[in-house]
Amino acid sequence: MSNAIALRGVEKSFGRTKIIRGVDLAIPRGERHAMIGPNGAGKTTLFNLISGRFPVTSGTIEINGQAIDGLPPHQINRLGLSRSFQITSIFPRLSVFENIRCGLLWARGYRYSFWNLLGAERALNEEADRMLERLGLQDRRNVPAGLLSYAEQRALEIGITVAGGADIILLDEPTSGMSHSETEQAVRLIRAVSEGKTLLMVEHDMSVVFGLADIITVLVYGEVIASGPPAEIRANPAVQEAYLGSEAA
Amino acid sequence: MSAETTSTPIATVRAPGLLRRHWPWLAAIAIALLLPWLFFDWTKGRHSGFVLTMLSEIGLMSVFALSFNMLMGQTGLLSFGHAILFGLGGYCTAHALNAVKAGTLWLPVELVPLVGGLGGLVFGAAFGYVVTKQRATAFAMITMGLGELVAACALMFMGFFGGEGGIPTDRMVGTSLVGVDYSSSWQVYCLIVAWVAIATVLMRLQTQTPLGRMANAQRDNFERTQFVGYDPRMIRFYQFTLSGFFAGIGGALYVLVYEIVTFDTVAAAKSATALLATYIGGAGSFLGPFLGTVVVVLLQSGVSLISNAWLLYVGGLFIVMVMFAPGGIMGIVARHEPIARIGRLGELVVPYARILPPGLLSVLGFVTLVELAQLTTIGAAQNKSLAIGGQAIDPHSALPWATGAVMLIGGGLWLRREARVFRVRWDALIEEAKARGLPV
Amino acid sequence: MEVFLVSLLNGLVYGMLLFMLASGLTLILSMMGVLNFAHASAYMLGAYFAFTLSQHIGFWPALVIAPLLCGLLGAAIEMYGLRRVHRNGHIAELLFTFGLALIIEKVVQMTWGLLPVPYRVPAGLDFPLFSIYGTHFPAYRAFMLLISLLMFGAIWLGLTRTRIGLVIQAALTHPDMVGALGHNVPRVFTIVFAAGTALAGLAGVIGGNYQVTEPAMAFTMGPIVFVVVVFGGLGSLTGCFIASLLMGLIQTFAVVLDYSPADLLKQFGVTVTSATPFHEVLTVPLPRIGALLPFLLLVLILVFKPRGLMGTRDT
Repeated sequence: MSNAIALRGVEKSFGRTKIIRGVDLAIPRGERHAMIGPNGAGKTTLFNLISGRFPVTSGTIEINGQAIDGLPPHQINRLGLSRSFQITSIFPRLSVFENIRCGLLWARGYRYSFWNLLGAERALNEEADRMLERLGLQDRRNVPAGLLSYAEQRALEIGITVAGGADIILLDEPTSGMSHSETEQAVRLIRAVSEGKTLLMVEHDMSVVFGLADIITVLVYGEVIASGPPAEIRANPAVQEAYLGSEAA
Repeated sequence: MSAETTSTPIATVRAPGLLRRHWPWLAAIAIALLLPWLFFDWTKGRHSGFVLTMLSEIGLMSVFALSFNMLMGQTGLLSFGHAILFGLGGYCTAHALNAVKAGTLWLPVELVPLVGGLGGLVFGAAFGYVVTKQRATAFAMITMGLGELVAACALMFMGFFGGEGGIPTDRMVGTSLVGVDYSSSWQVYCLIVAWVAIATVLMRLQTQTPLGRMANAQRDNFERTQFVGYDPRMIRFYQFTLSGFFAGIGGALYVLVYEIVTFDTVAAAKSATALLATYIGGAGSFLGPFLGTVVVVLLQSGVSLISNAWLLYVGGLFIVMVMFAPGGIMGIVARHEPIARIGRLGELVVPYARILPPGLLSVLGFVTLVELAQLTTIGAAQNKSLAIGGQAIDPHSALPWATGAVMLIGGGLWLRREARVFRVRWDALIEEAKARGLPV
Repeated sequence: MEVFLVSLLNGLVYGMLLFMLASGLTLILSMMGVLNFAHASAYMLGAYFAFTLSQHIGFWPALVIAPLLCGLLGAAIEMYGLRRVHRNGHIAELLFTFGLALIIEKVVQMTWGLLPVPYRVPAGLDFPLFSIYGTHFPAYRAFMLLISLLMFGAIWLGLTRTRIGLVIQAALTHPDMVGALGHNVPRVFTIVFAAGTALAGLAGVIGGNYQVTEPAMAFTMGPIVFVVVVFGGLGSLTGCFIASLLMGLIQTFAVVLDYSPADLLKQFGVTVTSATPFHEVLTVPLPRIGALLPFLLLVLILVFKPRGLMGTRDT
């Protein structure tokens, strides 16, 4: 299997409401894939299904060729998939540095160790510091993460997600609520950290989407209405009508 | 830096480094060993039993409170039944000591606390398997249920728990590694200090391990830990089990001091004491529980000599903390840090001096009322009476009550006014710190 | 047979008493998210207030005034205490009520003493109502049953027929939605807390002389009421009702049935002697296990069915 993520006939219902109505999607390794669609299209729900936060109602999801039915999120993460959250989800009382280090621990094999002293793990700490520099947060290293500005927290969110070196990265609206210059910075960051990896992102900012993505999938009311390279999506009349129409005008 | 230049080059590099980096720990141990000598009775040539017992109680209870804080402060798990691990560790220790005495087991007295620790570890793992399925309020409830369950069992099963009478034991079993028979309370006290130091250092180190850090992460945001590869339930399980180990050591030290273990050690009141001490001291910092234990035990041993109301004072302090200072004593100290860093702590001296008199006055009023109230009921039953300056106070006359009420209400109103002045000054200084770019 | 009938009636009386306590706690927990440790303290205060009041003005006025006093106290606690602590989260609220429970116990000890007070059934109700097979059923228990049924009816009418009742019902299952509907949430909270406390007080008034009025009564009753609330499930008054009756019956019958696991084993031809492993566990008679049962149930239900009997959301 060369697909990093493969969805077949995935459906999800909450009570009687069907949010995802049969999605098929294949994302090959190394692809930067963006998912767009109007509010309530089910993008975040799809993320939650892929990362194991919710179980699917029917259909199958495969990560690196392995079915993830019924696996809890931490085991899916151990298969090499890491995600960020639309609503910033960090560890507010830990320092920025420790937030990043927590993102690294499992990936570097520390598991539930209560005998390694983290202060003495130089390679680990250097790796965390390098990540801080890439995020531009080295000056805020020892500040509790809860006291960071919004944009800094968003950057940290991405940092925690990619720190462990997962080869499949899911980013849920990484630039939402950012100013223009902050967004540009975030795009540079995402481009850098997703180098050589599989990226799946939900994004509303079209400049980000068309600037980053190799392939764009359009989700409307829980169904894929189009999927293809940016130019093709831009030209697709169905997409224009359903989604881009109002905004692109 | 200056310490390095003054130290002689002949001294090994390691020793002064150890001294410089860990001096608070060494100082604490030194104080613990020197303090009893202040109360030494030179005429009779022996230590004050009361002081030694109280200091031992502070030591063993702070190990217990620190182990409680491994759950509450570090993992965000509020346990209402933590004493069951303390008590079960104690019961295991008592049985082990009795077996050593009977000759069926050989174990040096110095290592007996390990039995308590292992007992706590095993029970911690067994109970932890059940309770760590939950977190937050449900965890609080299930630990309460488990605590009541074990406490009820302790009264029901004679074989292991000895019923109401508990399990008496004897620490003079003659298996010391250092040739001490532990007949004097000073010898026992030294052993307690050693084990309290060991347990405290180990718990401190544990906070710096991957598990300790992920426990913090689990507390802050349990869901996120799943998406960095951790199972939050397993974090809770390991942390609970380890905290059982240290609670068990606390229980073992209890047995060494009192030479008996009873139903009280597993009861809800014991769990509550750890909770009160930890919260009053400050769950957010490592040393908070220790500080809180000192406060609680001093109130407990000091006040209970003259009055029955110590729990009321501790409870009152607790409520005040919950309402006004959720970070406890250490939290209050930490809040001054930004002001100290801009070098303007001195400007708070006058405001503090101004809120002190009304604060003391209202506390005094509160104490007066409480003591009067308890004199009319519990005190009367125990034939206690109150006298100030040789003048007997009649709790049934109106004057002392009125005085107490006036002090409480007047002091309270005065305190409110001064607190407003204080607030203004405080806010200005915090704004100043913020403006200088300090994280507040 | 007569044991069964009498126990059934006693179980019902106790169960309804539990419901009076648990219904208020369920409302408070479901709506406000506050696990109110001081709830059983209100029960105790109700009993003590009633004791003092009935010495001066008689039982009947006390029946009305004592719960009202408890309700006022509850309102004050909510407005000046809980609301302040609220911003620090649910655990802080829980700790606040825990501290309150400690303090109330001490205050009660200091005001009324350490020993039980002689709070007795009013003379007008102190007679056997009827006898079943020679066992008397006291009129006071029937009166307790009557009061609790009346209260049950009043709660039901209040929740289904009044505007605020409907708001409360909505808040039970969707606490975050009430604010969105434009209701004055703090006031609804105060009313619920005060009403819950008053109900607990009333339970104390009629339960204090049925059981024993002593300073430890809050800490013995508290955990049992928690068990009922968790067992019944969050946000479900029906579940709470069923759980209350169940708990009342279980505890009453456990006291009556003098058997032990060893007796059960005897049916299968196994005799337990002092040499049998775990013989202590096997020979414990049921009445002694009765005290354990609520906690055993609490642990089991939280492990296997955290939502409780009829709960709509997680605890």
